[in-house]
Amino acid sequence: MFGRRDRAALAVGTTGAIVASVVGAAASLLALRNGATFVWRARLSLPIGELRAGIDPLSAFFALCICVVSGLAAVYGAGYLRAYFGKRRVAPAIVFFNLLLAAMLGVVLARDGVSFLLAWEAMSLSSFFLVTFDNDREEVRRAGTTYLIASHVGVILLLVLFALLARTAGSFDFAAMGRIGPAAAGLGSVAFLLALGGFGTKAGFWPVHIWLPDAHPAAPSHVSAVMSGVMIKMGIYGLLRVLPFLGPPPAWWGAVLILVGAVSGVAGVLHALAQHDLKRLLAYHSVENIGIIALGIGIGLLGQHHGNPALATLGYAGALLHTLNHGLFKGLLFQGAGSVLHGSGTRHLESLGGLYRRMPATGTAFLVGSVAICGLPPLNGFVSEWLIFLGAFRGGATLPATGAVVVLVTLPALALIGGLAAACFVKVFGVVFLGEPRSDHARHAHEVGLAMRAPMLAAAVACLAIGLWPAGALALVAPAAVSLSGTSMPADLGPLFNISLLATVLVALIAALAWLRAWLLKARPVALAATWGCGYPHPTPRMQYTATSFADPVLAPFASVLQIRTHGGLPDGIFPTKAHFEKHVGDMAGERVLVPAWRRFLHAAHGLRVIQHGRMQLYLVYVLATLVALLLWQLPGAMRH
Amino acid sequence: MGVTILHLSLLLALPPLLVGIIARTKAWFAGRKGAPLWQPYLDLWKLLHKGAVYSRTTTWLFRAGPIVSLAAALAAGLLTPLGAASSPLGFSGDVILFAYLLGLGRFFTMAAALDTGSSFEGMGASREAAFASLAEPALFLVLAIVCVPAGTASFAEAWASPWQTWGPAHPALPAAAVALFGVLLAENSRIPVDDPTTHLELTMIHEVMVLDHGGPDLAFVLYGSAVKLFLFASLLVHMVLPVPPAGGALGAGVFVAGAAAVAVLVGIVESVTVRIRLLRVPQFLVGASVIAALGLAVLLYRGTP
Repeated sequence: MFGRRDRAALAVGTTGAIVASVVGAAASLLALRNGATFVWRARLSLPIGELRAGIDPLSAFFALCICVVSGLAAVYGAGYLRAYFGKRRVAPAIVFFNLLLAAMLGVVLARDGVSFLLAWEAMSLSSFFLVTFDNDREEVRRAGTTYLIASHVGVILLLVLFALLARTAGSFDFAAMGRIGPAAAGLGSVAFLLALGGFGTKAGFWPVHIWLPDAHPAAPSHVSAVMSGVMIKMGIYGLLRVLPFLGPPPAWWGAVLILVGAVSGVAGVLHALAQHDLKRLLAYHSVENIGIIALGIGIGLLGQHHGNPALATLGYAGALLHTLNHGLFKGLLFQGAGSVLHGSGTRHLESLGGLYRRMPATGTAFLVGSVAICGLPPLNGFVSEWLIFLGAFRGGATLPATGAVVVLVTLPALALIGGLAAACFVKVFGVVFLGEPRSDHARHAHEVGLAMRAPMLAAAVACLAIGLWPAGALALVAPAAVSLSGTSMPADLGPLFNISLLATVLVALIAALAWLRAWLLKARPVALAATWGCGYPHPTPRMQYTATSFADPVLAPFASVLQIRTHGGLPDGIFPTKAHFEKHVGDMAGERVLVPAWRRFLHAAHGLRVIQHGRMQLYLVYVLATLVALLLWQLPGAMRH
Repeated sequence: MGVTILHLSLLLALPPLLVGIIARTKAWFAGRKGAPLWQPYLDLWKLLHKGAVYSRTTTWLFRAGPIVSLAAALAAGLLTPLGAASSPLGFSGDVILFAYLLGLGRFFTMAAALDTGSSFEGMGASREAAFASLAEPALFLVLAIVCVPAGTASFAEAWASPWQTWGPAHPALPAAAVALFGVLLAENSRIPVDDPTTHLELTMIHEVMVLDHGGPDLAFVLYGSAVKLFLFASLLVHMVLPVPPAGGALGAGVFVAGAAAVAVLVGIVESVTVRIRLLRVPQFLVGASVIAALGLAVLLYRGTP
């Protein structure tokens, strides 16, 4: 019965989201081109005064990311949600998706603390309802609770932050906060830490990322794409919006962001390598990519501190471009994971395999996303990582020794992240799409419909386009990056044309070698046979290398920091029976940092129990005592009047 | 124009010679006469004229693996100077692209290995992934030592800087050279990390990934790894030998002699050391990173000469 209403809701909701995304993207592009700052005010008869909205290059760039990623996800959702017809009400997923889109645009357009926090809260709540869409599964409900708690702990920090800023500026208006400048001395560092904690919780900095690997896989895949692709970037946006209010940055802010970025990046990719669940693995890669963005921001802050605007522009441009790039390829990969789940019925890596033959379009798009997320040329991920690397080289050459050491930490960190990410995505792509199917799920997988294929392929084309023409992408990023670094100097596009040239040469070389191979084999015998099994004649698909074995030697050097737990072991005895082996990797941030910290806090708070014993009479005495104390405190002043 | 032609001919013609020199050096140490220096060229020629056998499990990715890794290595070869003051397509920031092009080749080699569904090849890919991810930081630390004093991120400018001439000996340069040599051995599957001549699949790393390739595909694989070895050797040569700034015939001569010396050195190492256990390889690679990081620290705090 409600099937028909759901169908109508899906049609109307998707159309609305697509129209909004197209209009929004066009408006952001216009705003980026004209570079104008436009502010709109709504007078309200509320104690908070007026609400302000506006657009400037930074807002416009993030709005563009939101519209592109959400627009593609909306199209994908139209195909993906069809599977739920008749099983579950689909309408809430559509309503909250569109609300989430509106709330994210509200966050980037808000021009005062109050409307910012209102939009922020709307964003957290609508995404909470999307995370808990499949709420008859226990782990989904748990993920929802964790997410709700984490976002509200973050909001508490943001409330304090904006209250402090408004007190110093005398108004919640961002324009007034922008004039705080050097007057923020003293306030600055407290506010920086509050912003890092509050926005970092949303962005998923280590160690406050722990909600992320639970919440992203729980949501429907097109929602995971939006949450991971753009929603967590609202934390980055918030950080970039607030940091200029706090006056000239001291060197340690940059150092902290580089440290946080390096740790988030390496920890994120290591945990990703250890996962068996495709969507959970991708969620950990968001922590990794947020780390890369933080590295870029750190270089930007150090450049500003040392009065080197060219370096600052490089860092910020890398961070911003990586935000867009990550939105594109992570959206694509989450949609690919959704297609794998839709086509095969499982997202457990060890049950998949050989999907490329069954799902060629999904496989091709997923391959493009995988190469892009590893930061390899000629795709878009390389361009943003290149900007950050270049920033590190330039910073190492131009900054004084201590600044240079900090900025050069980026080099080995980003190189290690890149190497591990390549290991992880070879594993994912190889185990899911290549080889032989490891289960009946994979054997009977089928390709997904056009509505799901088209957005993935569109994102893949965008990844390739940015990789081949980085100068065009940098034109989108440059206005915001230049405004952040506080310079009027335009970004240097020269080397980007060389990247275009080399990417083209690479593509041409591949084409030439492919032609050469085809020409060499033209008149020769080409036979098909079984894979070489070193003499063993009856291999089965179960003998293939598994994802767990693939990741094992990569993780081995890091075993002392990861929480690796194994159950079972080798078969033993003279006549060994069935053996059993399991391996899980817990989250070291949760188990080694947050839980012990919470225990210590509870222990410290234990002393307060003395005054909390549940006797009403004593509580009334507290009230009386407080009143008397307040009266005595105010008495001298009142006497003087 | 002449410079570009010289560069291209060195890049295309020289790599298999280094493989021949290594084999000859090892033969000399073992008291054998050894194959002629041009044997690798003959092998490639033979393979290019063969047909091919493909596994039924594979897709186009298996066929793309050798092509992409060779194309990426050749493209990277357009970024490094080869005994001259410049390279055909070098630019500011080319050192990063160089490292990532080699990464692209590795990605497709590993994907092609997994495409066969063979557990041997999966094992090789897994080891390659593990060791390459640890070699990457060492390589970037070496690049930092090379580039930071010159204030650039481009090979041609870095080699052109007077810092590279060993004038006032600086402790950072030998540290970088030692670390780079370690990375060279690991990235090109040489003893003590991998043994390119081993015959047991279980102990291989790079060779086991390409078990199923034959004919022209195997020729591309062998040629591609020779090019990669040649590129790492070229970095080492430019780092330790003062190539005349004018380049030309003298520069090319010095460069070729240096590259041959690197090949001899690799052959000596392969002859006099044993392979370390696979579990120890991460320590070898982290050791290279630590040496390079120490060099970098000395450089930053003591300053450039």
